[in-house]
Amino acid sequence: MKNHVLRPLWVVLAGIALLLIVRHFIVPRDFGVEEGGNFTYNYHRLSSKDDWKNFKVKYRGREYCQECHEENAASILDSPHEIIECENCHGPAVDHPDNPETLAIDTSRAQCLRCHAYLPYPTSQRSELPGINPHDHNPGENCVDCHNPHNPDLETM
Amino acid sequence: MNCSRRDFIKNTFKTTLASALPLSAFKMLSPAEVKAYTGDSSIRWVFLVDTQKCVGCGLCVKACKHENEIPYAPPITRTWVERYVLMKNGQAHIESPYGGRDGYTDTKIRENEIPPEQIAKGFFVPKLCNQCKKPACVQVCPVGATYQTLDGVVLVDRKWCIGCGYCIMACPYGMRFFHPIHRVAEKCTFCYHRIKQGMKTACVQNCPFGARRIGNLKDPNDPVTKVIMTERVSVLKDEYGTKPQVYYIGLDTNVR
Repeated sequence: MKNHVLRPLWVVLAGIALLLIVRHFIVPRDFGVEEGGNFTYNYHRLSSKDDWKNFKVKYRGREYCQECHEENAASILDSPHEIIECENCHGPAVDHPDNPETLAIDTSRAQCLRCHAYLPYPTSQRSELPGINPHDHNPGENCVDCHNPHNPDLETM
Repeated sequence: MNCSRRDFIKNTFKTTLASALPLSAFKMLSPAEVKAYTGDSSIRWVFLVDTQKCVGCGLCVKACKHENEIPYAPPITRTWVERYVLMKNGQAHIESPYGGRDGYTDTKIRENEIPPEQIAKGFFVPKLCNQCKKPACVQVCPVGATYQTLDGVVLVDRKWCIGCGYCIMACPYGMRFFHPIHRVAEKCTFCYHRIKQGMKTACVQNCPFGARRIGNLKDPNDPVTKVIMTERVSVLKDEYGTKPQVYYIGLDTNVR
């Protein structure tokens, strides 16, 4: 074969070889398909799933809070607010009491208005919740100054 | 050797038949092996949203952002709540400011006064990744950084994603977004770290009204599975053929 044909051919072959060598070092060893997985949707770095499994849990749930704060948990369980998780207002526990040592409680008006600002929506459960017009009902005041979030009963106010 | 014409044809037929049968046809597989072979695991995570129960408090969005370390200030989120207010004259007001992170506390929509007596329907629709059976976002990934686990959850490999954004364009639900800190494609994982420990997802746990539920479609005794199998449920954008696995109770035609 003529030289001018052969030479570029070697260059191309060397290029392919280089690509394969580089690929061998770059692609992680555990790239593949799980047993029983299909190639179309399951081809991945297998240890990536463990990365997600080991992600830190922040919201620990009421049971975790109850272990120490039994009285506080019991008080809200007697009220219509029992459906609200502690961490919705008290913030995610993460590793409390070690880290963070104290939780910042959200006592803002905005937090209460999430449910209790009245919206006149006939096909939503929202309109059935006890609600106020935030522009008329003591605007600017913090709800918790008068209402007890653990026992929101208006009779006992 | 004696071989009649009849014997020759008979033997040829037998040999052809025998050689056509692969050895594997005689192998007995245990049910577990068959399951493994067809990619069948005993879990298929699905989600059930009851739009009748949602009140638009946005606590799910807040919890999701904290749980999954999504920057709180920018308008990016793995799950969001949409507000639909449909007027008697046919006009529709639809919005989801910051994904409904701070809840819906005002009757005004985009500074417009909405006269209550003209409202025909008003409701909230929580949305999250549909964890499709045939995820378009996985098919388009050029590097194999996103994949579907055997229990049906679509995940992104943060170490392998190159941030090209093809998946963000491919998702018919606009579910995916770009994570500004990790600089990779980001999506709802059904809180994979929680469900693998037997916990509920952060949004399910923090919804006070039970509007969000997660379950295992392969367990016939799972309460979520029972609802999906026996009650009237629907999915979003069925026509895209991605086989979404977030089921809705009480959807309206205005919800897309």
